[in-house]
Order: sequence, then C-alpha cells, then structure tokens
Amino acid sequence: MATNPPQRKRIISDQEAENISRVEELAYEIKVSEVMSSDIISFSPEIKMQEVLEVFRQKRISGAPIVSPHGDLIGVISMEDLIRCLVDTDLDSTINKYMTTKLTTILPTDPLIEASKKFVSTNFGRLPVVDKDQKLVGMITKGDINRGLLRALETDYQEEEIRKYRASHLFEDIESDRTSLILRYQIQQGDFDIGGQASSNIKRALIRLGASKQIARRCGIAIYEAEMNLIIHTTEGGVLRVEIEPHQISIDAYDYGPGIKDVDLAMKPGYSTASDAVREMGFGAGMGLVNISRCVDQMKLESVWGKGSRLKMRLFLDSVHNKNEAENQKL
Amino acid sequence: MNLGDLVNIVDGNVLTDLFNKNEVILGGCGADLMSDVLASIEPGAVLLTGLCNPQVIRTAQMADVAAVVLVRGKIPPESTIELANDEEIPLITSPFGMFELCGRLFKAGLPSLEKSVSDQSECGCE
Repeated sequence: MATNPPQRKRIISDQEAENISRVEELAYEIKVSEVMSSDIISFSPEIKMQEVLEVFRQKRISGAPIVSPHGDLIGVISMEDLIRCLVDTDLDSTINKYMTTKLTTILPTDPLIEASKKFVSTNFGRLPVVDKDQKLVGMITKGDINRGLLRALETDYQEEEIRKYRASHLFEDIESDRTSLILRYQIQQGDFDIGGQASSNIKRALIRLGASKQIARRCGIAIYEAEMNLIIHTTEGGVLRVEIEPHQISIDAYDYGPGIKDVDLAMKPGYSTASDAVREMGFGAGMGLVNISRCVDQMKLESVWGKGSRLKMRLFLDSVHNKNEAENQKL
Repeated sequence: MNLGDLVNIVDGNVLTDLFNKNEVILGGCGADLMSDVLASIEPGAVLLTGLCNPQVIRTAQMADVAAVVLVRGKIPPESTIELANDEEIPLITSPFGMFELCGRLFKAGLPSLEKSVSDQSECGCE
C-alpha cells in the first residue's frame, strides 16, 4: 500500500496500532455496512428542540439524524446545534431551525477508508449512511471504524494461531512408525534477488510446526548460508531438502557442480573462492561453512571435483543443549 | 531503548510502512559482512550496515534482528524496501556514518549485541 504517507498519518490516528500496513489493507477491505450501527435513534422533522435535549440526555448520545416519514434523510442534529439553541434559550422551536441540512453522507458499500477520509475533511463526529435512494440505513462514527479494524486484526491473529495449532499437531495426529515431513526447494544459480526466500519459508514453516525460536533461528541461519552457497558457487544451482521429524531436522544441500577441490581448505575460516561482486554483496568471506557448523549439531560436507557437492546438516530437537554428545555420533 | 528513541538519536528516516515506535531494541550490531552478522548477532538487536541489497533483510529475518539502519543516508533499491515491508522489519536510513552511529547509540545506553570471536562456540541462540 504505497499511497502517500502524509494522508495515511491523518487517517490512522491510533499510533499504537502494531501493524499499520495491515490496518491500511483492512481499511480498504472492510465495508461501512460491516461496522456501522443500524439500530439508530432518529427524529422526525416536526419535533421540538426540548425533546432533542431530553433524548440526548437520556440516551447519552451527542447527535442524531432527522428522517422524513418515508425514511428519507433530511438533516442531522448535533450537540453543537443544541448548544446554539440553548444559548438562544429557544427550546420551544422545532428541530428544523437548528438542524444541519448540508449533509455529508456515505454509502454502505463504501470501504472504511472513504469514511475515514470524510471524517478528516469535514471534522464531523458521525456520518449518516444512506443507500442509493437516499434512505437512511445507519450511522457511522470514528469509534465504529476503530472497533471494526481492531476486531478484524484480532481475527487475523486468531487465524494465524489456528494455523500454528493445526500444524504443530500434525505429528501427534498421524500415527506411523516414523513420520516425517519433507520440504524441497530448487535453488537457481546467481539468483541473488530472491536468495534467502527458501530459507525464509523454511524458518516460517518450522515456527508453525511448533519449533522453538532458538531452533528456528539456528536452522534459518544454517540454511540461509547453505542457500547462498548454492547461489554463489554452483554451475547450475542445486536443491535444498529439509526433513522434519519430531526429534530432529535433517537438511541436505546438494548440487551438480562444479564441486570443491579441497574440502578441508573450504572448511577453513576465511578461505573463499567468491568473486569481488559477491563480496560486495556482503558474502563470500569464507565464513559460511564455519557459521553453519556452529548452528547445527552435525554437519558433513562431501564433494567430488567436477561432479558436485553435498552438505548434510542435522539438528536434534530433544537434546538442544548436548551438542557435544551429538558430535560423537556418526552422521 | 525503543524504536522511536532510536530514530531520534540517529536522526533517521523510516522507509517501511511498518513502524511501531514502542518496539524495544535490546542492543546493537554494526557490520557490512552478512556472514559476520549471522555469526555474531544476538536476537532483538538493531543492525547498522552500509549494505543496501535485499540480502540485508533476509539476514535480518534469519537472525531475528529488530530493525535495520542504513548508514550514510543510503537509499536502498525498491526490492529491499518491499522485502522489509513483507517481512515486517523496520528499515531506517540515517545521514551519519557507521562510527558516529555506533557512538551515538552506545552513549545513549544501547549495549552491544555482537558476540566477540572468542565467544563463538555456540551460535548465540541459547
């Protein structure tokens, strides 16, 4: 939503709102009819201002529409109009004399953003909602808009929670001797622009599956370095394969060339064959494999020069802290 | 320190739609080499960098970075801003250089969230 920012600042006055861009989206999605109040107190045009005063006091409202016997909107009376009347000590006159007839109205099918714009440009506290035939169908206030947006944000949040809940119970709900979920991603050589997208999707999937933030972070960093290696160093890209099981995550990053001439040298911190262009992008300093080894419990790099490489990584989920013990096991 | 304070201290310009000034920033990290960031940064930090490509945002996302500040008034390509919006990572540009920014933030009480090389047997997640 790249509309002009100054306008946005005026419309969304609630700076506390956490996710402003989502609020903006919702302001375009939600219709006036979804948040307006349709159970409204209205006046007929011939009543006296005295009665307006009584109704305002009893119902604790500060404005109301005036409607003809046919349901057509004629005007609006507000607290300000009532104060003018009180100053004139003129409570015996009819509502016609004090009501506002220059009306700003809104359609029930308009998005909330339209209502917000009208509130900003007119400074009115409420807007009558009228259908195409000018019949009054409801009233909308700034408070109605805020409540509607908050309700929708809450629904969004609940949907993500439900998604997480479902995914995190995947393994419990399916019975087998060994259940695993396999994610595969094709990584293109040289595609720096979308580099990291696979890692990002994997990290998100892990969080939905109920992995802890620490595990998701360790996995994310390791896979990201591996993904960048595929983008930077291979001849035709490669594959990221992630197998998720309740007790461990196994990651395979493999490619079909060119392979690594000296694997021991490649594992040495600071050794790199990356080009200057890659270094300018903040990579290729010979730290990738070192970073990966710190983030995973097991790691093994195999390569045949001229054929390709395979990097295997494993993280144990039930023994997050006994990394040393894990290192003693064979991969 | 929260994000609103930080933007004032660095005299920053927020480039993303998303900006919650109350978000707490736990510390800072400054680097242009993304592998250094991935190796040293702890969660919840602001990342100061001179690099502008989308990989900065990917790195930030992987390493649970709270916000990114670009040094020396750099304006990143549109793809970087788009990704920052998508991944909900606040992106700020500041006219000051790296040394000046680190100094300002450190003086204002923001601790370092960079682990030193001697402290790198684990990856900073625990």
